[in-house]
Amino acid sequence: MFTLRSFRDLDWTLLILTLIICAVGVLQIYSATQASEQSNHWWKQVLYIGAGLVVFYLISQIDYHTLVGQSPVMYIIFTVILFGLLILSRVVLGAKRWVSLGAGFKLQPSEFMKLVLILFVARYISELKSDSLSLRELLKLCLLVLFPFGLVCLQPDLGTSLCYLPILAVGILLAGLSRQQALAIVMILALVVPIGWFALKDYQKARLTSFMDPALDPQGSGYQVMQSKIAVGSGGMWGLGVTRGMQIQLRFLPFAHTDFIFAAFAEEHGFVGVVTVLGLYFLLLMQILQNAQTASDRAGTAICMGVGALLLFHVLENAGMVAGLMPVAGIPLPLMSYGGSSILSFFLMLGLVNNVRLRRFLQ
Amino acid sequence: MRFLRDESKFAQGKIAVLQYFTVAVFVFILGGYWNLQIRNEELYSSKAERNRIKSLPMPAPRGKILDRDKRVIVDNHSSFSVLLSRETLRDEHLQPIAEGLGLDYEELVARLKRFRARPKYQAVIIKEELTPSDIAFVESHRDPDTYPEMELIHTEKRVYPASGFAAHMIGYVGEVSEAELNQADFAKYQQGDMVGKTGLERQYNDLLTGVDGQRQVLVDNIGNERRILGMKPAVAGQNIELTVDLDVQTVMELAMDGRRGGAIALDPRNGEVLAMTSKPSFDLSKLSSRERTKEWRDIFSNPDKPLLNRAIQAQLSPGSTFKPFVALAALEAGTVDEHTSFTCTGGMTFAGRYFRCHNRHGHGPTSLKKALAQSCDVYFYNVGARLGIDRISALGEIAGLGQKTGIDLPAEAEAMLPSSRWKIRNLREKWHEGDTVNVAIGQGYLTMTPIQLAYGIGGIVMGGVWHTPHLLRNGDAPKKPAHQAELNLDHVRTVMDGMCDVVNGGGTAGSARLPGGEMCGKTGTAQTASNEYQKAKGIHLKDNAWFIAFAPRVNPEIVVAVLFEEGEHGPQAGTIARDIVKAYFDKKVRKEVSQTGVPAVTASAPADAANAPARVAN
Repeated sequence: MFTLRSFRDLDWTLLILTLIICAVGVLQIYSATQASEQSNHWWKQVLYIGAGLVVFYLISQIDYHTLVGQSPVMYIIFTVILFGLLILSRVVLGAKRWVSLGAGFKLQPSEFMKLVLILFVARYISELKSDSLSLRELLKLCLLVLFPFGLVCLQPDLGTSLCYLPILAVGILLAGLSRQQALAIVMILALVVPIGWFALKDYQKARLTSFMDPALDPQGSGYQVMQSKIAVGSGGMWGLGVTRGMQIQLRFLPFAHTDFIFAAFAEEHGFVGVVTVLGLYFLLLMQILQNAQTASDRAGTAICMGVGALLLFHVLENAGMVAGLMPVAGIPLPLMSYGGSSILSFFLMLGLVNNVRLRRFLQ
Repeated sequence: MRFLRDESKFAQGKIAVLQYFTVAVFVFILGGYWNLQIRNEELYSSKAERNRIKSLPMPAPRGKILDRDKRVIVDNHSSFSVLLSRETLRDEHLQPIAEGLGLDYEELVARLKRFRARPKYQAVIIKEELTPSDIAFVESHRDPDTYPEMELIHTEKRVYPASGFAAHMIGYVGEVSEAELNQADFAKYQQGDMVGKTGLERQYNDLLTGVDGQRQVLVDNIGNERRILGMKPAVAGQNIELTVDLDVQTVMELAMDGRRGGAIALDPRNGEVLAMTSKPSFDLSKLSSRERTKEWRDIFSNPDKPLLNRAIQAQLSPGSTFKPFVALAALEAGTVDEHTSFTCTGGMTFAGRYFRCHNRHGHGPTSLKKALAQSCDVYFYNVGARLGIDRISALGEIAGLGQKTGIDLPAEAEAMLPSSRWKIRNLREKWHEGDTVNVAIGQGYLTMTPIQLAYGIGGIVMGGVWHTPHLLRNGDAPKKPAHQAELNLDHVRTVMDGMCDVVNGGGTAGSARLPGGEMCGKTGTAQTASNEYQKAKGIHLKDNAWFIAFAPRVNPEIVVAVLFEEGEHGPQAGTIARDIVKAYFDKKVRKEVSQTGVPAVTASAPADAANAPARVAN
C-alpha cells in the first residue's frame, strides 16, 4: 500500500509538532523519574512513541472512508468489551479498565473507544441531509455517545468518559442545531446535572469540588492540587532547571510523570517553558483544524474536528487541573504523559487527521 | 454508503467556532499559569520550602553539675523522644498514637491544649525516654498514610544520682508550668521547655539551660531525610561547679540514712556549703519526666514529706543548741562573765511556774563553761531571766536567726526569732518572763532551720564574721562577708571552750569526740510540743535531736548542723556530726599526704564511739 506520494504528502507539520511535544514529554519523564525506581520509564515511552509512529503510518494507509464505513462494527465490538469489563469488575472486585495482552502490556479499551466514537460520530453526521439536526437525530446522536460514556463512568473512570463529551459536542456543532434545540439541550443539562451529581461517588464529588479549595481536602485530591500548584508556582519565570524540581525529586508531587507531568514541567521550566509547550499544542491544534477546513468531504472535516476537540479538551483539562483551574480527573496530557494506551490512541487520532489530509483531493 | 459520494461540506464558520474556542481556552490556561508562576511565585516558592524543609529541634543538653573537685554529680544521657507536629495533626490519630506509645489519651489531649498558644510549626514532645518498642512503633507508623505527625528526635536527659543522693540540693527538672510562665524569671521560656523546678536546677536554671539548636532537613513526602540543609547546633548549658565535696556529702548521706532530718556542713571562713542532705529523700529521676506518673504522685502525697529540704526548710525548736547564742549574748551584755556561777538543783521557779533541768539531781554549782558542757538548763534560765528576751533576740538577729541566710537555693525558710515586740504585734499578748526562760533553752516560740544554726554558730566562731552560705563555687576569690559584728573575742573564746568541753571535757557528747580533741559542738534535745500538751492529748512525741559542731577548736574550718528528728537525744545527732567532720579531716590529710608526702596534722584514728558513754543532755 505504501506509495511515495503518500510519504511526500504526509502532514509533516503535524508530525514534527507531534514529535517535538513527545520529545519534551520524554525529557520530562526522564527528569521526573531519574532518581526513582521508575527510571526506565522514559525509555519505555520512547518505545511507545515508536509504536505510535508505526500505527500513525498504518492508519494513514487505510482510506478513512473505509474506516468510517466500518465504524459501526468497531463501535459494537468495543461497546461489548466495555460491557464485559464492567460485568467482570462486578464479579472480580475492584475497578477494571485494563485488558491484559500478556507480556506486561495492558490496553484500556475505553481509550480506543475515543477513536471509534470520532469515526462513528463522523459517519453519523456526514450522512445527515439537512443543515440542522431534527430532535430524533439529536437524541440518537446523544444516545450513541452517552451509552459508552455511561459504561466507562461506571468502571469507574470519570476522566476517560468525560473525553467522549467533546466529540459529541463537536458532532452537534457540525450537524447544526436549531434555536429551540439549543435551548432544549440547555434545559436538559440543567435537569440532568443535579441528578448526575447525586449519582456520583463521594470521591468523585470531592475531586470535582476540591480544586476550588484544595485546603478542604488536604489528603485526597485536594492534596494533589495543592502540591501541583506549589510545584507550578515555584517554577517562576524560568523554572528550576532539569532534574532540579524539588517538588518532583522529593516526591511531593504525585504522578509527576503521568497525569501531573505538566506540573513537573512547569516547575522545572517555568512560565517560559509553559508558554512554549502550550504554543506547540496550539500550533498542533491549528494544523488539525486547518486539515478540517481542507478536507474533501464532511466525514473528513468531522474526523479532524473530533480529534481537535478531543485534544483541546485534554489539554484544557490536564493543564487546567495542574494549575488548579479545573477539577481533578485522571486525564493524561496528550503526547507527554507517560502511558502506552494514551500515546497509541493519540498517534492513531493524529494518523486519522493525516489520513484525511492525504486524501484531501478527491479523485 | 451515501457519505462516500457526498461532496457537500460543512460550513467553514463551524470550524472557525472551534478555532476561536481554542484560542479562548489557551488564553484562559495561560492566564492561570501567569497567575501562579509570575504573580504569586514567591508565595508558592515559600510554600514549597515549607513543604520539604523540616525544622527539627535539637534540644540542648543541660549543663552538668560538678562537685568542688570537678567530679560529676549530675550528668546527661542520650535518649529518644517523640514529637508531634501540630501542623498536620489529625485529631482522630491521637487515640491510636496514645495507645501505641502507652500514653493516657486524656492527658495527651490536655497536653496539646496547653500548647495552643504556641505557633503551629512548633512540635510538641509527647514522650521521652522511648523504649525500643516505642521507637519501633514510631518508625513503623510515621509514613504519610498512617501518622505522619510523629517525629523522632534525639534528646539529652538528666541522669541523677541514685537513691535520693543529695536530691534536695540538686532539685529536679520538669516542664515549665502555666504559673511559672507568668513569673519574671521564666520570661524567656516557653510552654514545653524543661526547666529546673527546685533546688540548684531551679536556682541556676539560666546557667544550666542551653540554647536549643535546630536542624533543617530536606525531607521527601514519606518523611525520609534526604539531606541536611543547615544546622544551628545546640549550645549546651554551662556546667556548674559546686562547693560541695562529694566525699563529705557521701558520709553525710550514709550517716543520715534511714533517719528523718537534715544536715548541713559549711566552711565558716567563706560560706561554702560542703555537704547538705535531707531525709527521707526521693528519686529525682522519677520526678523529672514530662508525665505525671504514679510514682510522681506518690512522692507528692507521702506524709513524711520527702520533698521538704529539711536542711533549709525545717523550722523547729533548736533546743540546747541555742545556748551558745544565749551565753554569748549574756557575756556581751555583761550579765555574766566566764566565772559567774549559778547553782543547779534540778529546776527552779519563774513567775509561779516550775522549770525543770533535764538533770533531776541538779548540776550543783555551775559556771558558764560547765553549763554549756553539761547543758545545764537552770543556768540558762537564770541567764535568760537576767538578759531579757530583747537582748537575746538582738544577738540572734546579728547571728542571722529568724531570717533567710541567703543560700543560693529557692524556698529557704525564715524560721522564728521571737521578741517582745513580735509577740505584741502578732499574738496581741505581752511578753512574759516564762517565755524568755523557755527561749533561753531553745524552746518556746523560737524556731530555727539547720542552716541558720550552722550559719549563726559559724559566724560566731569566726569572731563575728558571717559569710553567706552558697553552693555555687566561684573560684577561690575571697568573698566579702555578708555582715560583720564587733564581738569581744574573749567572749567568743569562752563560748567556744564551753563547746569544746561538750565533746572533750566530759560534756554531753563525749561520743562525738575525735582523737586530738579538735571536735567541738553543742547538743540539743528539743521537744516538739509542750509537756502539758502531750499530757492533755495523752501522747508521747519523741524529741528531736540536734547537734552543732565546729572543728578544729582554733580557726575552725567546718561547721556542721545536724537535725535528727525524733532522735530523742542530742548525742545521737552528735555522732552523725562527728562522722561528717571526720570525713572532712581525713580527706584533708589524704590530700596533704598526696601533695607533700607529710601529714601536716595528725591523722585521726577511727573514733571509738561505741565505748563512749552516751549522756543525755538537753
